[in-house]
Amino acid sequence: MDYAIESVVKIVVVFGGMLGAVAYLVLAERKVSAYIQNRLGPNRVGPWGLLQPLADGLKFLFKEDVIPRHVNRFVYLAAPPAILVPALMGFAIVPFGDTMTLWGHEVRLQIADINVGVLYLLALASLGVYGVVLGGWASNNKYALLGGLRASAQMISYELALGLSLIGVLMAAGTLQLDEIVRQQSERTLFGFLPGWNVFTQPLGFVLFTAAAFAESNRLPFDLPESEQELVAGYHAEYSSMKFAMFFMAEYAHMITASAVIATLFFGGWHMPWLVDPGSSSIGASLLKLLAFLIKTGFFMFLFLWVRWTLPRFRYDQVMWLGWKVLLPLALLNVFLTGLYLTLTH
Amino acid sequence: MEQIFFFVFAAIALVAGVLLVAFRNPVYSALSLVAAFFALAGLFVLLNAYFLAAVQIIVYAGAIMVLFLFVIMLLNLGHAGALERVAGKYRRVAVVLLAAVLVAQLGFMAGRHWAGTPVSDEAPLFTDNVNAIGKLLYTRYLFPFEVVSLILLVALIGVMVMVKRDRGGGESRSR
Repeated sequence: MDYAIESVVKIVVVFGGMLGAVAYLVLAERKVSAYIQNRLGPNRVGPWGLLQPLADGLKFLFKEDVIPRHVNRFVYLAAPPAILVPALMGFAIVPFGDTMTLWGHEVRLQIADINVGVLYLLALASLGVYGVVLGGWASNNKYALLGGLRASAQMISYELALGLSLIGVLMAAGTLQLDEIVRQQSERTLFGFLPGWNVFTQPLGFVLFTAAAFAESNRLPFDLPESEQELVAGYHAEYSSMKFAMFFMAEYAHMITASAVIATLFFGGWHMPWLVDPGSSSIGASLLKLLAFLIKTGFFMFLFLWVRWTLPRFRYDQVMWLGWKVLLPLALLNVFLTGLYLTLTH
Repeated sequence: MEQIFFFVFAAIALVAGVLLVAFRNPVYSALSLVAAFFALAGLFVLLNAYFLAAVQIIVYAGAIMVLFLFVIMLLNLGHAGALERVAGKYRRVAVVLLAAVLVAQLGFMAGRHWAGTPVSDEAPLFTDNVNAIGKLLYTRYLFPFEVVSLILLVALIGVMVMVKRDRGGGESRSR
């Protein structure tokens, strides 16, 4: 019973935190884009525009909800939840901190530590494409359909690179559990001074995974499925009001989960090097570990925004070329090199 | 609790399986197959086969069915009767083949049941599926495993050859 209550509390906290983070990431996107383009960005609602997400949310809720007459109603209505739900589920296995002692309870800061952890993430990543494909098809509109087709081709292509780029990390760690991977990174030191993060042992894997994660979350430079100039927003062209907002939220939730996973797998998760002893479980140390996780995740969320406002969009054949002829062979090379190293040293 | 979940997942799988055949619209059929795959993944979780459940979602729901949808959309089969045009000739062959497979499977299960032997003689896995399956694949089932990978490789090369021949062997940059 205690376990059930603890889990429910964690789910509510993480879910709420996730939705809040999505809202403020949208604001951050607008602010970052503004500073990159030498503008001010939203600054009217609340101090520094900090209440803008509230205004946006209210606006989404009160907009007229249009269902065009030419759509396939059932699939059209099923598509937005089909994309938002997997996007929000991914965070469930990310360890956002070490154990924390609260009111005499040992609380693990992770919702579920399942033993196929990384595979669960890949499964959810591969489901994200359904909302896009179905939304594009059900809209019964040629631009939306083209967006849906592009999305399915792109996501299938980059899923391979996404999975294969992780194999190196998993081979070295010998486990699929994210918590265990973080613990291993926090317990070793490289060359006497570097923290034992996987980014130093698997630099190629990190670059490939980050590129594939950008493609999987349909962010620039890989936002071909919704490219505004040619496809007038692609698969969500026919969606309005809260249904459009669900597509929008899913994209930001994907970014948050991808950032958290990059931080966990390659940057030691909650590990704060030099300052906090990884074994310590005092309340201060646990809070610092949580902070370390938030800082790392925050940096990668910023990276997503930064790249969007810096790089132009690829051409479609370039996307396919990059996925199949660059990322995939390099990921295989990474697996081979890791295997070679492990065979020679063990 | 587990029994309730079993009946829920089993019911979903059966209903989705029937709907798959009953729908006239291929997109709906594909979606009900996805629902059936999810229900199967749920059943695998109840059997402690977490690895199988995850792979079921990644491979079948996440990759193969997306490709199916892709093809349905690309050939614009998304309305009733369109399948007729494409699959009409081969329908009888497919029915006979699949019926044979179904009868063989049912016969195998029924035979096991009446002979009193359990369906599988493997000890159930409770922890660390991935490790156990990996070990089995590379020791006891090494030969079938390698044969499967060879068959897949042949299929891959076959696809390449056919695509190249259709285009006259020329460089194909855009499509």
